[in-house]
Amino acid sequence: MEKFVEYLDDVTVRFAGDSGDGMQLIGTQFSDTSGFAGNEVNTFPDYPSEIRAPEGTLYGVSAFQVHFGKKNINTSGDFIDVLVVMNASSLKVNLGNLREKGIIIANKDGFDDKNLKLAGYSENPLEDKSLEKFKVYAIDMIGEIKAELADLNAPPKLVRKTKNIFALGITYWMFNRPIEPTVDWFNKKFKGQEDIILANVRVLNAGWNFARKNPDFTKQYKIERSKLGPGKYRNITGNQAVALGLVVASRKADLPLFLGSYPITPASEILHAISGYKKYGVRHLQAEDEIAGITSAIGAAFGGSLAATTTSGPGLSLKTEAIGLAVITELPLIIVNVQRGGPSTGLPTKPEQGDLLQSMFGRHGEAPLPVLAAASASDCFYMTLEAARIALKYMTPVILLTDGYIGQATEPWRIPDMSELPDLKPEFTTDPENYSPYKRDPQTLARMWAIPGVQGLEHRIGGLEKEDITGQVSQDPLNHQKMVELRKEKTDRISGDIPRAVVHGEKQGDLLVLSWGSTYGAARTAYDKLSSEGKNISFVHLKYIHPFPENLGEILYSFKRILIPEMNMGQLKMIIQAKFLVPVIGFNKVQGIPFKAAEIEEKIVELLNQKEK
Amino acid sequence: MKTLIDEIIEKPHSGGIVYSPKDFKPDVDVRWCAGCGGYAVLSPVQRIMPDLGIPKEKIVFVSGIGCSGRFPYYMDTYGFHSIHGRALAIATGLKIARTDLSVWVVTGDGDNMSIGGNHFIHTCRRNVDLNILMFNNEVYSLTKGQYSPTSHRGQITKSSPLGVLDDPFNPVSLALGSGATFVARGHDKDRQELQGLLERAARHKGVAFIEIYTNCRIYNDGAFDKYTNKETRGDSTVWLDHGKPLVFGVKSDKGIRLNGYTPEVVSIDHGEYSVNDLLVHDEKDSTLAFILSNMTYNEALPRPMGIIQAIERPSYDERVVYQINHEIEVKGEGNLESLLLGDSYWEIK
Repeated sequence: MEKFVEYLDDVTVRFAGDSGDGMQLIGTQFSDTSGFAGNEVNTFPDYPSEIRAPEGTLYGVSAFQVHFGKKNINTSGDFIDVLVVMNASSLKVNLGNLREKGIIIANKDGFDDKNLKLAGYSENPLEDKSLEKFKVYAIDMIGEIKAELADLNAPPKLVRKTKNIFALGITYWMFNRPIEPTVDWFNKKFKGQEDIILANVRVLNAGWNFARKNPDFTKQYKIERSKLGPGKYRNITGNQAVALGLVVASRKADLPLFLGSYPITPASEILHAISGYKKYGVRHLQAEDEIAGITSAIGAAFGGSLAATTTSGPGLSLKTEAIGLAVITELPLIIVNVQRGGPSTGLPTKPEQGDLLQSMFGRHGEAPLPVLAAASASDCFYMTLEAARIALKYMTPVILLTDGYIGQATEPWRIPDMSELPDLKPEFTTDPENYSPYKRDPQTLARMWAIPGVQGLEHRIGGLEKEDITGQVSQDPLNHQKMVELRKEKTDRISGDIPRAVVHGEKQGDLLVLSWGSTYGAARTAYDKLSSEGKNISFVHLKYIHPFPENLGEILYSFKRILIPEMNMGQLKMIIQAKFLVPVIGFNKVQGIPFKAAEIEEKIVELLNQKEK
Repeated sequence: MKTLIDEIIEKPHSGGIVYSPKDFKPDVDVRWCAGCGGYAVLSPVQRIMPDLGIPKEKIVFVSGIGCSGRFPYYMDTYGFHSIHGRALAIATGLKIARTDLSVWVVTGDGDNMSIGGNHFIHTCRRNVDLNILMFNNEVYSLTKGQYSPTSHRGQITKSSPLGVLDDPFNPVSLALGSGATFVARGHDKDRQELQGLLERAARHKGVAFIEIYTNCRIYNDGAFDKYTNKETRGDSTVWLDHGKPLVFGVKSDKGIRLNGYTPEVVSIDHGEYSVNDLLVHDEKDSTLAFILSNMTYNEALPRPMGIIQAIERPSYDERVVYQINHEIEVKGEGNLESLLLGDSYWEIK
């Protein structure tokens, strides 16, 4: 039979099934393999907050989306090209985002009467004509696997559990992916369980061969290798990147790393990773609560560690009083907030950028601190290093914002060489002659860091206001004013010590798109597309929210209109308007899902058209 | 794995470790009220410091909020006056990061039993090597006189004008129940006794918790009078001495005998019972510790004072270090390059 090959620039595949169907697993395998195959990849795991919701239900659907291609893959894909569904509910939940003429690969077994009923289908969509505008492959995966494993006497449970692998095999054939990386992975994962390895390898091949031999599968798709620069790469999630960033920062600072943290979705993976880094000398405490998470870190910072605490929104709320303590005691501390939908418990597994104002202002009293925001999964690594650099150099707590999207999404990360990363070594004070607890570096205004163990530097710090220089408890009115101003000035001065904002496109004009944090991917993609079509727009992305880069004002004043897309009700917009007194057009999405590039593109076009009228 | 702080940790103390109590008094005025029980704790703490043989720079006092919270300012060591209830969590982080330090926590009944209660039970459970001095005055003083978690039922305070409805914590029972290894009770009217407890606590590895009855002259004056006053304390308290029978009474004429598991008061000068019939204190006996602790609010029994329990269990900070060293021993020191490479990577030439 004849097969055609079609070349594509980029493709989005979404694997969807029950929480227990192993969709995250095959999604990860598919994205890793696509990285191996030389593509740029961006993924988005999308799972319910229930651990194992009742089988077959709409709310139990777990999905993993992989967007891969030859260049500029900055998002996990707006629309689905290939939807793999293991049951009726996963079809129903995801169909709305499937591109017209898109492909559905369905596990027939998951469309029995029970599953159809749970999904609320009165007719089987695989058999009625409702899916006519798509290309549907309804496959008896269970039957195929049974046949493949017949000679192994495979138990029914194993047959059912490998249907995800069969589906993975089909997609590997469709996109001509190598199967070896996954076979290697089986060998590692199931080491010592030869029968399991054999079954999985055979099912993976069976999926591949099923598609190859099946006359309905007429096309194989090819995606050229991307032109990423030379180097070693791996796929990395934002949470993994933060964990690695913390370890690397501590090594570059030549300090021990301490993490105080309490489990919380979607930040727990950072705690998991760090807790496995014992052989790197890392100390951590899984604390009794969020407050002990941060305060133990403050104690460790007092003792001379590079100290960090990791959390998500509700945890940040609980930590606020302690953050104020770190501000007034001027101790270095990294606070990572993997933002999720709020308020309250909100949407625990879904991303939002709703904590920006809390990070900026969510403390009693005048308590300024630097706020940074990572743009993507791999950027989490570099922004963690930046958080450490600023914390140590300026003796201040730093909040690093990521979110549930980039925290769990993967993208290829060029693995840096340690020698290309900045030196973060702080200087401990050891000279009793010239020491006062609140004596400052004239340049940075950082106070001296004197840690217990240094003879002659015994001193006391604390949450009560202290006298300038001496650090004695002081209620003096003018001293308080001075200390408040010093703490503000210290933070403000950081603006000259961070990269200047970069304008993509013309340096002045009608419309500037200004994004921050994880909206980078969608905003950048929209900008790239429209500017390549000749539209007159410019784009700036912010990773330093407080203080802003020192040239930001001058950029903003060069444009007639500013559009800020953000996953909240206009928090950066409020800060920009207040600080620079420029009007901003907000574009706000608070649905627990990231922006599509197409949504931002549409908004920009709408604004450009308004101009033309 | 050596880092910058190891240079500081390993640097030997210059000169002998010879101090007088005066060396621990910084040049600041103590700002507690006249007659505050705090003075009677501060002074013995400063007195025992020279005998510990620990260089001053290795000692840290951490506190929370309340009158007790000012304690670190009055010790010429390293100190951290933190926020309400969190001293133990801060001290835990410090001790894990710096096992070379002698870390002391000074707290109060409000700070430690109420807002900081969660940190207290978990610190005891983990057995972090900390010395915890809890000033118990059965009232919130710094906020000017509200009832606390150790105030007794019916107590009239600013926030309980008709009497407290709650029952109090027994801090000793809470500590024992949470797994503290060293638990003691002292008070502010007997310096020798308190000094003895402080010295034992300082030498104990793991959580050392001392509940200290501390009189608040302003908001709860005389709350402990019955148990601390020289005239009455002989009859109303029993001092626990390891290996000694529980004899008490102004004339040492009474004792505690175990009837089954229930302690009862017996007279030992009427011939029916002698000292040989009395319960003998064993600070290593955890079951006994609970029985003794339970005597606390029983009006028919004297209140137990002294060391209720002193047992050994590896401290949390030791275990942290052990786990790291063991992992390095088994797997070798981590190579950062291979950590960054991860399980699977690819190369573009």
